[in-house]
This record gives sequence, structure tokens and C-alpha cells, in this order.
Amino acid sequence: MNAPLDTMDRRGFFRIGALVGGGFMLGSWSSAEAAESGTAAFSPNAYIRISPEGAVTIFAKNPEVGQGVKTSLPMIVAEELEVPWEKVTVEQAPVNEKDFGRQMAGGSMSTPTNYDNLRRMGAIARTMLVAAAAKEWQVPVDECEAVSGEVIHKPSGRKAGYGSLASAASKLPVPDGKTVTLKKVEEFKLLGKRIGGVDNPKIVTGQPLFGIDQKQPDMKYACYVRCPVFAGKVKEADLESVKKLPGVTDAFVIEGTGDHYGLLPGVAIIAKDTWSAFKAKNALKVTWDADEKESFAAHAAKAAEVVKEKGANEIRKTGEPEFPDDGKTIEASYHYPHLSHANLEPQNCTAVFKDGAVEIWAPTQNPGGALDGIAKALKIGKDKITIHMTRIGGGFGRRLMGDFMIECAAIAQKLDGTPVKVTWTRDQDLGHDYYRAGGWHHFRGRVDDAGKLSHWADHFVTFGLNSDERTGNGADLGGDEFPSRFVPNLLLERTIFPSNTPLGWWRAPGSCALAWAIQGFIDEMAFAAKKDPLDFRLELLGDQPEVPPTGGRGQSYNAARMKGVLKLVAEKSGWGEKLEKGRGRGIAFHFSHLGYVAVVADVTVSQDGVLKVNKLSAGVDVGPIMNLSGAENQVEGSMIDGLSAAWFQEILVEKGAVQQKNFHEYHLLTMKDAPKVEVHFAKSGYPPTGLGEPALPPTAPAICNAIFAATGKRVRTLPLAKQDLSWG
Amino acid sequence: MKTFKLNVNGQERKAEVEEDTPLLWVLRDHLDLVGTKFGCGMSLCGACTVHVNGEAVRACVTPVSAIGDKKVTTIEGLANDGKLTALQQAWCDLDVAQCGYCQAGQIMCATALLREKPDPTDEDIDLAMSGNLCRCATYTRIRKAIHTAAAAK
Repeated sequence: MNAPLDTMDRRGFFRIGALVGGGFMLGSWSSAEAAESGTAAFSPNAYIRISPEGAVTIFAKNPEVGQGVKTSLPMIVAEELEVPWEKVTVEQAPVNEKDFGRQMAGGSMSTPTNYDNLRRMGAIARTMLVAAAAKEWQVPVDECEAVSGEVIHKPSGRKAGYGSLASAASKLPVPDGKTVTLKKVEEFKLLGKRIGGVDNPKIVTGQPLFGIDQKQPDMKYACYVRCPVFAGKVKEADLESVKKLPGVTDAFVIEGTGDHYGLLPGVAIIAKDTWSAFKAKNALKVTWDADEKESFAAHAAKAAEVVKEKGANEIRKTGEPEFPDDGKTIEASYHYPHLSHANLEPQNCTAVFKDGAVEIWAPTQNPGGALDGIAKALKIGKDKITIHMTRIGGGFGRRLMGDFMIECAAIAQKLDGTPVKVTWTRDQDLGHDYYRAGGWHHFRGRVDDAGKLSHWADHFVTFGLNSDERTGNGADLGGDEFPSRFVPNLLLERTIFPSNTPLGWWRAPGSCALAWAIQGFIDEMAFAAKKDPLDFRLELLGDQPEVPPTGGRGQSYNAARMKGVLKLVAEKSGWGEKLEKGRGRGIAFHFSHLGYVAVVADVTVSQDGVLKVNKLSAGVDVGPIMNLSGAENQVEGSMIDGLSAAWFQEILVEKGAVQQKNFHEYHLLTMKDAPKVEVHFAKSGYPPTGLGEPALPPTAPAICNAIFAATGKRVRTLPLAKQDLSWG
Repeated sequence: MKTFKLNVNGQERKAEVEEDTPLLWVLRDHLDLVGTKFGCGMSLCGACTVHVNGEAVRACVTPVSAIGDKKVTTIEGLANDGKLTALQQAWCDLDVAQCGYCQAGQIMCATALLREKPDPTDEDIDLAMSGNLCRCATYTRIRKAIHTAAAAK
């Protein structure tokens, strides 16, 4: 406790924070603690450390999955700290939710939930450094100013670097974060600039960063063979034969449970290297106790029957949802498949169990969430679990789940004292995901004589995890989903098929599928109204700038911001230009994760049906941008990801198991099919919000609407690769 | 089990492994060179791309026994005395990576491309790079980085 901070390792350093805790704000120490601990280095809160030599370290609190928060969140601290970015070293924070609050990568929430607090953390340190200088120089504080890592006494021009002030600053009381003066947005020097990712030099030289790169002394390498049928149990496994295979040191059965989110049953194979474990996996003779009845084809056949009927329950009814019998009603059914996350870094985890406690290194988006599952499976207290967040080779929602960590921890417990890394093969990764739920929509819509959308009905057929009452994760349709609130007469209904396929949050959960179907049918309505698809959408969004959520819950919908991005992207993409037959542009928009995004797609379809996406343009309003390079990268990647999924991807389950085994059966878009991409950010004074997700949902519908413009063919089933797009 | 002598990044390295062990796992598990990544195990994603005698190969399907005295170069061996290659520099300057997992393979593949075609067209890039998957879809920046590096030479 009294050891100088300089001599402590990072974990010791943060333990102090944990002991103190209970500050007025996340990450903030108490004044007494700061005074007591501050012998040399200056660390007024969990995020910042300034050494007497002037080395500035900023801790990145949330997992880095490629969304760029390891760079952008520390940028927010550095901005208010008033320190040149080149002088900052960023380190991944340890998992310590007492000090850092929720440490997770999900829902595009890192920016909106941390922006204000991180600014205050930086401002606290800056305020204290200025106060320390004023005290030392015996001048009024308001004559001193922090500029680029130094404090300057304005009248005299006297300067002192942050490092030289660190010791004195650490002896001062820590001010209340609510009272410190924040910079004006116009004064920002760093936020909004293009800043390269802090790990770039390590990435391009292949340094160990990711979960799969972790290594512990005398570590074993393991494979964990689960039943191909979800949550199936081990009936009989020939462990003795496997143990005789070269390189294999042990093999055992883990009973597990039937809980899809818990410790799943399987056979652990321990070896001296990954290859030996993989080979043994292929040689393993095992029989399973599993229910093989799950069939996507059977679900699809049933959905075709029921989707045009009345739904099992009502989600929302407004106005007079009975459609007038005047021949103006249009109907269409849309279907999208299950998807896998297909992170390029397969699921993996490293763990060591020693003296009743487990230490874990994992590419996790949600360390706090994994804790419960590990504690339950290992029957140990949460205080006996230490999780280290590594860089993550793609998240997309898959690594919000803790299954791969729970099983590794359970294997480590059996190996008591020996560290072990479990690596999944690609077929395991595709076969044991928590999938984006496929679904069916039967829409009915009507435009009145004035060409306005008067009626909208959607019967949504979706899935529940072995339940016909509760939708699976990411598989629901909210009552406020557009065009709800924007059409006078509306009926949303739902039917839930019980399914044994685990469902999960896939980039922009819900939205990633719903936007495609809804914005496709809205395009059909625009066509029925004989209106330009952009004009029809602008009219539909109406004249009320901000539409509150229904029943006081959920998000309000800022129609003015959405209209703003629609107009922005239309203007930038040349919307309305006459194009030759076979080429077309489509437009779509979607509000999700507090972000407003409209996309215009420009496509060419050859007469024999070969699709080429020429360009995708986005208009985006997420408030002010933190890191322009990272922000553009997210939107560019989200659009191409949206295209990739819509074009090629489909997970099929038959006899209870996933059929797709590797990338030859589950395609990701490649270089040759990557379109040009353009990103246009709206100038916006709204609070900043996240960008990992909201640009994905409007992309697929923009592309399909463009295909219609090019060919006259409506795509109502995904993936595109299976549709006949030929024309003429 | 057999002891293999390998020339990796200009150094002689030894590994005691089964003969059919793919070079990928020798590098990662036995030689502590983890920059070469595992993605598919079937030569479908390109994350494990290394150079063998200067040619881009997929380390996940190349058995160690096939290497002999050929020279293996991995992502760790590209930079010379800490100086990044033009491609590595372009990757940093253009902030190509998102998650970064595939990028070692992308850079190894692009390095081989530029050796063959110092000033590649977009079609050359399509042809050479379409075996390398990027789940984050950073393709447009990868293309730009290759052009930038080619121009810098």
C-alpha cells in the first residue's frame, strides 16, 4: 500500500485502486489515497500515469476487437490531459470493473458511455498539474495553462514539463471530476484527427498480441471435442486409444451440462503441441447422446406455411390495421438465413489453475460476463478468477459469450498446476457458434392516393432457444422498429419457432437482418407509389424532427438527423443520375446503436446475372468523430461486411448439426469483389456515439434495391449468391 | 518424432516434431514465432502465409518435412534491423488494420506480389490477394497500401 508506485508492477498498481474504490467516479482514486501513494509518479486515477521522467501512460479500458477503442478511448483522455499523442504510451487496462466500470465491447457503446467520464479523467490530471506548477512558482493558478505536456506561466513564460510536476501533483488533493473545467470542443487538438491504431507497429511485425498468441511456461496445447449436435452429451469415448497417439499426454471427458451458455460436455485432448491435439481430435472415437431432430429445412417449410397467416402474438398495433379492400395492398415475403460470426481468429483460451484459483488469457469481448460462468462451472468464487483481455482477432458479438473460456478453465482445473491453451479448429468454430438468427417476414403495405404509406403489417417468424414464447438472443423485433411511429396504421406480429440452435448477438443484432427486409419492402412501397425511393423515404420520415419512443421506453428517433444523412449521401453519390440498363443505384437507411446511417449502393448486373458492386457510399451522423481514421475504417468495413454476409453467407443446420465446415462452404468476400467505399460524416453537435455497428444494417438493403433498379428484379431471399439475377 | 533443422528468418532453428506437422504449428508452438496465424487449416484464408525461398506458401498445409534447407521467412523476419519495409510502413501510415489478425498474411502475400510485379495493377492485386480473407473487410485500404508501397520504391 505504501510502496512507491514506481516500484510496483501494474497489477499492484491497480490493486490500490481496487482497495480504494468507491470514488465519485469510475476510475478515480480518493484524494487521501492519491496523496498517500504519490511518492513520485502521478496517477490521479486509474487511466493515467505520468512518471517523473515525463512518460505518459494511458490505460485503454475496453477490449479491442478491431473497433479501434484501444486508440480512440485513450485519445479522449489525452485530449483533456493536453498532452501530445506522440508522447503517450497506451496500455491495455487489466480487468477491474470496480475501477473501470463495465469493460466490454458490445452494442457500439464504448464511445457514448465513456466519452464524458474519460474527458473528466484527463481534465482532473491537467487541473492538478497546473495547480502543482502554480504552487511551486507561487503564482495564481489562473495565470498558468497546460499546453502540449507542459504547464506555462503566461505572464513570465516559465515552463515545466508534466514529468517534473508529477511528484508535486501527486501530493495534491484530487478534485471532484464534476467540477473540473473541460475544454471547449472547438479547442480540441486531437479528437477528430486521423490517428493510426496504437498496435499497428506490432501488427505489421507479427508481435504476440492476440489470445491465440499467449504462451505460459510448460504450457500444454489442447483440443476440446464437443458433440456436433448442440449441447449433446458424451456417451462413450475411447480415451485409451487417443492417449497412445503421438504427442498426446492426456485425454478426459468433461461431463458439462445441457446449458448452451455454460460448460458444454466434451472430450478434452491434451498434447505437446496444437497439431498433435488436432490430429488426435480427428482420430477420436466417440459416441454421443444427442437429439438430432433440428433441421433448418423443416423450419423453412413450416415458415412458408405460417408466415402468410396470422402471427402467434402481437408486438404492436396502432391505428386501424385492417387493410381497406381497394386493391392497393401489396404483399411480399422476405427470408434471411442464420449466420456465423466466423472470426478469423478461432475461439481460443489459455488458462492455469493453481492453488484453487484460475488465471485466464482470452480474446473476450465481455470478461465480466465470463466470470459468472467460470465460477459456476469450476465451483470457485469469483475472487479466485483473474482474466486478462488480449487483443481480439475479430469480435462481431461472438466473444460476448464465455463458453470457450469456461471450457478452458474447466480443463485447466483438471490439469491442476499445468497451463493449457485450447484452440478451436475452423469446423468447431463454425459449428459451435451462437448464430445470427435467420427469419421470415411477410409484409403487407398500402400507399394511399396521395402516394403516402398508410398501412404496414409485418408477420415476423423467428426462433427461440427451445422456446415458442421467448425469442433467442438478437432474434426479436421491437415494437418501435421503423416504420413504426411513422405510419398511421400498423400491425406487427410474431411467431416463434422453438429451436435447439444457439442464437446470439451478431454485429448490429436484430438490425443486421431487419433493416434488409424492412428497407427492401419500403422500396417496394416507393415503387407502388411511383415515387423516387429517396423522396418517398424523406416524406415517410415526416416533419417532426424528433419522435419519442412509444410508452416512454427505448430510443427517440431523430428523423431530422436521418433525413440529413439521406440527403448527404444522395448528394455525394450522384443520386438521380440516369444510368444504363443493367446498372442501378439503391438507397436505404437505418437507425441503430444511436447512429443514423444511410447508404447508397451502385451496382452492375450483367444480363446473365453476374453481380458487381461498384461503390458503396455512406452518410453517417454519430455526433463528433473521435478518431477519423478509425471511424472511416469502421464504416468502410461495416459496409463491405454487410455486403459479404448478404452475398455469400448461410449457415444450415441438419440432423442437429451445422453443415458448413470451413471457408469453402462459408464464404467471406475477397479482394476481387470489394467495391469502392466512400464515407461522409455529417457535421453534428449531438453527443458522440459508437461506430462498430450502425453502418452495417442499411448496406444490404441498399444493394438489393440497387439490383432492382438495375434489373427490375426484387431480391427477397438471401444469400444473393443463390439467387438468379439474370435479366432481359 | 524427428528433429528438423530449419532456416527461419536467417537463423538456424531446431524443432522436434512429427514429420507431418505443418510448418505453421512448428513456427507457432515450437519456435515462438506467433506472427504467422491460424485461420482455417485448409489453405482457404491466407492468414498463415509465409515465404519459402521467397515464394508465398500457406504454412498450415506445408509439412515441416517438405522444407529441407529452403529458407523460411515469416512476418517477424521482414523488417531489417527494426526498419519496416515499404509495405509494413504503408500499412501503418494508412491505418489498414482493424482487428489485425489477417494482416501478417496479407503483408506476406503482398510482399511476394511486389517482388513479382513491382508496380501492380488493380487486376494484379485482385489475382494475388483474393486468397487472403479479411473478416473486418479492410480490402480497400490493403489495395491502397500496396499501391502506396509500390510507388515508394
